[in-house]
Amino acid sequence: MTKPLICIDKVFKTYKGVSGNVEALKNVTLDIAENEFVCVVGPSGCGKTTLLNILAGLETYDSGQVTMNGEPIIGPGIERGVIFQQYALFPWLTVEKNMEFGLKYLKLTKEEKKKIVQHYMEIVGLTEFAHAFPKELSGGMKQRVAIARGYSTSPRVLLMDEPFGALDAQTRAQLQEDLLRTWELERKTCFFITHDVEEAVLLAQRVVLMSARPGRVKQIINIDLPYPRNQETKILPRFNELKNQIWANVYEEYLSVKK
Amino acid sequence: MSDNVEVAPKHKKLKQFTDGSPKVRLIMMVGSIIAGFLIWFFLSKQPVIGIILAGPDDVVSHGLIEEWTAGRLQKNILISLWRVLGGWSLAFVTAIPVAFLMGWYNKFKNIVDPWLQFLRTIPPIALIPLVILFMGVGEQAKIIVIFITSFLVMVVTIYQGIRNVDLTLVKAAYTFGASDVDILFRVIVPASFPYILVAARLGISTGLTTLIAAELTGTTYGLGNMIQEAQLYFRMDKVMLGIICIGIIGFTLDRLLLLAEKKLTRWQ
Repeated sequence: MTKPLICIDKVFKTYKGVSGNVEALKNVTLDIAENEFVCVVGPSGCGKTTLLNILAGLETYDSGQVTMNGEPIIGPGIERGVIFQQYALFPWLTVEKNMEFGLKYLKLTKEEKKKIVQHYMEIVGLTEFAHAFPKELSGGMKQRVAIARGYSTSPRVLLMDEPFGALDAQTRAQLQEDLLRTWELERKTCFFITHDVEEAVLLAQRVVLMSARPGRVKQIINIDLPYPRNQETKILPRFNELKNQIWANVYEEYLSVKK
Repeated sequence: MSDNVEVAPKHKKLKQFTDGSPKVRLIMMVGSIIAGFLIWFFLSKQPVIGIILAGPDDVVSHGLIEEWTAGRLQKNILISLWRVLGGWSLAFVTAIPVAFLMGWYNKFKNIVDPWLQFLRTIPPIALIPLVILFMGVGEQAKIIVIFITSFLVMVVTIYQGIRNVDLTLVKAAYTFGASDVDILFRVIVPASFPYILVAARLGISTGLTTLIAAELTGTTYGLGNMIQEAQLYFRMDKVMLGIICIGIIGFTLDRLLLLAEKKLTRWQ
C-alpha cells in the first residue's frame, strides 16, 4: 500500500478558556491518501473546524502528530489551500485583485500570474465581474471566487470548511456539481467539512463521522458510488441507503449533545 | 367578464428607515436652516430676549462688517484653522502608528491602555494650567491641547477598527504564504482603513470643540478668543458671529473628510 499523503496520528486538542477547558479533539487518527476526496460530518462543536485548522497549520495541537508527505505540519503553507465558509475575500480588492492575492507569494512571472487568474476566472464564469468588488456579488458568486482562488494556487490539498453552508439550495447544488467535475478532472486531494450528510455522500469517497464533543472519529464509511456523480446520483437506492445509515449515526450524536 | 380592476386594500404603513431622495434631503436641509434663522430673528425681536440675543441682522450689520473691514475676522479664522489643523494632523500621524502598535503587540496595548483611558476622561480645560506652565502661552500651547484631545479620540477609534478586522482574512492571507509584515500592510491596514477615516472626522470635531479651551491659554487672536473678548464687552453680535464661524468651519471640514471617505472606501 502506498503511504498516505496526510497522516493524523493520535491528536489531542484542548481549548483553555476562562469558563473552563473545552476538549475539542480526543485521540483523532485519520489517514488521507493522495487524490482522495474525504468528507467530515458531525454535530456542531465536534471539532471538525479545529481539525481542518490544524491541517491548514492555522492552529496548534497538544499532542500527537500531523504530517503531510512525512513532514510535520507546523504552519500554513501554499501546498494546502483553504476555502472558508465566510468566503474570506478581501472586501477592498476587486475579484481580479483577490485572485491575484492568492498568487502574490508564488515565484511566478507577472504574465504567468495574469494567465492563471484569467483561466480560473473563466472556469468559474466570473470574467465579466473581474473589476467588481465582493460586496457587489451574491453569496454564490463570492464563494466561486474563493474556490477559484483556492484552485489557482495549485495546492496539493484543498481544505474546505463548510464552503456551501451559507448558500441557497440551488446555488449549492450547482457548486457541488462544479466541484465534482473539477475533482473528477484533476483528482486534487480534498478534505471537506460539512454538516450536510447528503452533501457528504454525494461528494466523498470516504465519509468520516465525528462524535460530539470531545471530537473523536466515530466511524469511517466508504461511499461505493461510481463517479462521475451529479445531482441524479441522489436518486440511486444505494445513495439513500448510505445517507440514511450515516444520518442515523449523526442523529445519535445530536441526541447525545442534547442530553 | 368584468373589467373591474380590483384596488389593492390599503396597506398598513410601516416605518421606513431611509433618508429619502437627495433632492428631498437638500430641500429639507436648506428649509431647516432658513427656518432656524427665521426663529432666531423672531426671538431676537422679542423685548426681553432681544436685550441678550443679537439677531442675525445685527450680527451681519455690526459684528460681521466691523470685524471683516478691520481684517480681524479673516485673521481670527485663519489662526484658529491653523491651530485646529496643526494639532489635528500631528495627532493623526501619531495616532495611526500608536494604534497599530497596540493592535499588533498586546503587551504594548496593556501598558498604554490604562493611561489612554485615564487621560480620555479628563476635560481638556483641566489640562490648561499644566500646559501653560510647561509650554508657555505661545502657539505651541494651543496646538498641544488640540493634539492631546484629538489624539486620544483617534487612537481609541483606530485601535477599535484594528480589533474588528475579520480574522478569517488574516488566516486566508497566511495560507497564501503571507508573512507577518504582509499581514500588517496588506490586510490589517486596508481592513481598518474605514475606521481611520472615521477617526479623522471625530478628531477634527473634537479638535474644534477644544479650540475654545485652547485659546483660553492666553492669545490675542483666534475665534475662541474673539468670543471671549466680545463677552467682556457684552457684544453678543460678535459672540454669535464667532459661534457661527466655528460651526461653518466644522461643518465644511467634516464634509470634506466625508467626501474623502466616500471616494476612498467605495468598496464598503
